[in-house]
Amino acid sequence: MDDLLSEFLTETNENLSVLDVELVRLEQNPNDPELLSNIFRLVHTIKGTCGFLGLPRLEKVAHASENVLGKFRDGELVITPAAVSLILQALDTIKGLLAVLEATEAEPPGDDNDLIIRLNACAEGKLGGAPAAAAPPPPPPPPAKKEEVEVPSVSLEELEAAWNAAPGPSTALTPVQPEPEPEPAKELAVPEPDPVPAAASKMPVPAAHAAQSAGSSGDDVREAGNKESAVAAQTIRVNVDLLENLMTMVSELVLTRNQLLQILRSQKESEFAAPLQRLNHVTSELQEGVMKTRMQPIGNAWAKLPRLVRDLAHELSKKIDLQMLGADTELDRQVLELIKDPLTHMVRNSADHGLETPAERLKAGKSETGRVTLNAYHEGGHIIIEIQDDGKGLAIDKIKQKAIQNGMASEGELAAMSDQQIIQFIMKPGFSTAAKVTSVSGRGVGMDVVKTNIEKIGGTIEIKSQQGKGSTFVIKIPLTLAIVSALIVECAGERFAIPQISVVELVRAASDSEHTIERLKGTPVLRLRNRLLPLVSLQELLRLEDVEGKEKRADDETFIVVTQVGTYTFGIMVDRVFDTEEIVVKPVAPILRHIEMFSGNTILGDGSVIMILDPNGIASASGEITMGENAGKDTTTVQATRQEDKMALLLFRAGDGAPKAVPLSLVARLEDVDVAAVEMSNGLPVVQYRGKLMPLVPIDPGFMLGKEGRQPVLVFADGDRSMGLIVDEIVDIVEEKLVVQLTAERPGLMGSAIIAGKATEVIDAGFFLTQAYKDWFGSSQGSEAFEEEKSQRVLLVDDSPFFRNLLTPLLSVAGYDVTAVENAQEALALCEAGEDFDVIVSDIEMPGMSGFDFAETVRRGSRWQAVPLVALSSHATPRDLDRGRQAGFTDYVAKFDRDALLFALQQTLSEQKGAQA
Amino acid sequence: MSSNAKLPAKKTKGEEVVSGGSQDYVTMTIADQLFGIPVLQVQDVLGHQKITRIPLAPPEVAGSLNLRGRIVTAIDVRLRLNLLARPKDKPGMSIVVDLRGELYSLMVDSVGEVLSLSNEDFERNPATLDPRWREVSTGIYRLNGQLMVVLDVPRLLNFTNMEAA
Repeated sequence: MDDLLSEFLTETNENLSVLDVELVRLEQNPNDPELLSNIFRLVHTIKGTCGFLGLPRLEKVAHASENVLGKFRDGELVITPAAVSLILQALDTIKGLLAVLEATEAEPPGDDNDLIIRLNACAEGKLGGAPAAAAPPPPPPPPAKKEEVEVPSVSLEELEAAWNAAPGPSTALTPVQPEPEPEPAKELAVPEPDPVPAAASKMPVPAAHAAQSAGSSGDDVREAGNKESAVAAQTIRVNVDLLENLMTMVSELVLTRNQLLQILRSQKESEFAAPLQRLNHVTSELQEGVMKTRMQPIGNAWAKLPRLVRDLAHELSKKIDLQMLGADTELDRQVLELIKDPLTHMVRNSADHGLETPAERLKAGKSETGRVTLNAYHEGGHIIIEIQDDGKGLAIDKIKQKAIQNGMASEGELAAMSDQQIIQFIMKPGFSTAAKVTSVSGRGVGMDVVKTNIEKIGGTIEIKSQQGKGSTFVIKIPLTLAIVSALIVECAGERFAIPQISVVELVRAASDSEHTIERLKGTPVLRLRNRLLPLVSLQELLRLEDVEGKEKRADDETFIVVTQVGTYTFGIMVDRVFDTEEIVVKPVAPILRHIEMFSGNTILGDGSVIMILDPNGIASASGEITMGENAGKDTTTVQATRQEDKMALLLFRAGDGAPKAVPLSLVARLEDVDVAAVEMSNGLPVVQYRGKLMPLVPIDPGFMLGKEGRQPVLVFADGDRSMGLIVDEIVDIVEEKLVVQLTAERPGLMGSAIIAGKATEVIDAGFFLTQAYKDWFGSSQGSEAFEEEKSQRVLLVDDSPFFRNLLTPLLSVAGYDVTAVENAQEALALCEAGEDFDVIVSDIEMPGMSGFDFAETVRRGSRWQAVPLVALSSHATPRDLDRGRQAGFTDYVAKFDRDALLFALQQTLSEQKGAQA
Repeated sequence: MSSNAKLPAKKTKGEEVVSGGSQDYVTMTIADQLFGIPVLQVQDVLGHQKITRIPLAPPEVAGSLNLRGRIVTAIDVRLRLNLLARPKDKPGMSIVVDLRGELYSLMVDSVGEVLSLSNEDFERNPATLDPRWREVSTGIYRLNGQLMVVLDVPRLLNFTNMEAA
């Protein structure tokens, strides 16, 4: 049977039972307004639901009864036993109809005009006192369905109709063999004399009353009554609090069970073993059962959305396609209730504010029909619900305006905010950007309530918006009540639980095992089946101190918990791994909720409290989200540390002579190329690398590739280009202060330096890059700031980490003290911080403030207004030069021309000195 | 009916406060200073407990512990009051309080008796009191020979404006 219908039957039957009792009480206390309004409300509910489900016959009867009750309530009618009886009759009719409905899933045809007429008459006050009521004896209450048959009197046609109307085959069962009883509707309406009213007036007991009122056709009412229980018996309503309690108790039982099993494990032979095993199983099943009572598919919360969106589309003249994915994702009933309204609200928002009108959409080059997508899925112990639309996205400008209007922020504050921060305003109370208040949204109560509701259940909400492309709201709700299986690990003497669901595998790494942890510039990585797995040290992440007295040696064995979050896989390094245990996730205290690393805490079998790690939190803390930016950040650090600081250098051998070195930060990857895979293109060796051809350049021009074997290659990359530098052998990575002592005459070498106690040739990566691609520098964006230490300090401003790394050593070699920053803002910050430079070298094309703007700002009365500025750009046309001079640049150098840059610096600085002298 | 029954009781209590009745406090010492917490807010008094440390938590949060199946957050009151940490060799005691359904264990040096104190001896915090103390205390009782600082549990456990304090 249709869920909705069966729920309706259960609920209405319940309401009817209540009504029976209440009506009788009303009869005895006609002046109790509370009682009366309760009755009125119940009947009203029945009427409303019938209308909703499309049950006109039931609705009419309920409606007529409601009218009478309304008059009672308003004091227009005196409550007389006769009137009450009439209403009770109406209720009986409803009961009878319900019984048929339950059996056939359809209302029986026919009508109850007679009853309705009398109800209406009563409402109009024409039904005098009790005797009057008795005089026109009401027809048998369930005239519609009448007769003693167990299966309601349904004609074949009716059955047919019911069959057709029925959604599934399951329905046909009951009325398979109804007595074909030709019973035209008219006949049904014929009133049969009935002693009811008289009896009713005396009768306080509803059950008896019902029986009586059924009169001669009482049997079928009884039947109806019996049948009504059929549905009612299958489901019972239980207070959610009771379930909640049950759940808590089961959780405790699970914990106690765990404790017992723990004790059992330590005892070799125990007579408790068998009963404990039994207890174990029963507990598990009980736990599962109780969990199930609370779980409901999220689709239940979505059921009303298609209708809502359809109506919205109609009202707003938009075309909207609502897609719902993952409707069967189950979540806790209570959580479901709490997110129902926020979800509805957000879908409404997306449809109303998010999606454009068809005309606007066509203009924007999108299809006429806008799409709202709802997607629900489980991820790492959380449920994620996404509400996505392909509309116009959030209007940052409007939000700004509104924020200023409402005094939430000043213009200055807004200017300093990122778009992401500005978007957050829509979650603030009293904020609505809808230009006009429509009937559906824009009342300024909204996202703040949504946010509060979601946070109340420990969830988070995240907004992504792209101008013109649409917006996405991501709701993340933790499964706070869940009992989950978790892996217990130890790190620095502390134990932690990791939800088993996100653990992919465990790897042991030690000096004597097949896996060892390698380090790339201090970052631990693990080779796992030909992939590099990024590792996170739990100890460092949680800032745990070493256990006293235990020095951690490098060759100590480490366990790596390979963890997956979404599509991101990483390893968590821990000291020890214990077994898995069923745990009850309990939320952490409010004062600890800001720590993203934990999703909760629990009590283990041995009675100790343990924190549950949140893989999502670890992933984001370890840089999964910022991965794209990491490269940039790291190199900035390298540069910001200036020359006194150490630099990671990659040592290798190539050709004869001294070992060679290159700053590690320049090298994108180290690869081993199979020589057989090397092809020749345009007379140069190339290799297919990540779907592209990568030129290979030997350090020694006379170098010949062997015929087979593997060749180590240093891969340099910038943007989408890469080149491989062929070397003989990679020796080591060292951290050294790079002081280039001898300037080499040989192309491709920057000079020599003492590295790891040996004279080492520092190669000039730039030279080899231009060997591979003549226009390498022209194609890439880069900016550089140099400082010269000896006498001159150079500030290098360039957004490309690659060029900063390239030019920093180059200029250092030439004797400058270089400070590199990645954008104009940082440079200006240095200016404000009181730093002084002799010359500034700046890139032109930079995100945010361009080189031109930077120069103008510097020249417009900053502390640096007299400092010479050298522009560095891949565009060196006369027009660019002019523009640069206008902006205030002293000189303008093409980016790929190192000699010109050095020359320009020299010129500029000597001129400067001359001017000062 | 039951709600009606409660009302007069409340009133009586309120009158008591006004008319100079008395209040019951659980006393405790921290660094030789006497403190008090209204007895009705106290759930439990514990001896030394095994505590699980919580990484990344504020320093005042000593960790969490298992109290008959409930997880209780332990707060080192000394650190909360800007005092030095308790020497490691002294075991200390804890008072468990309930704040909005969450249990917290306040770690103190020792727990004393329950005192019934007259409202006449109550005084507001001196304006010159250490700001951190003033923030977490509702007032002072003048006792025979010493002063007792009344701790305001909600404020003691409100860590959000701690930075400002």
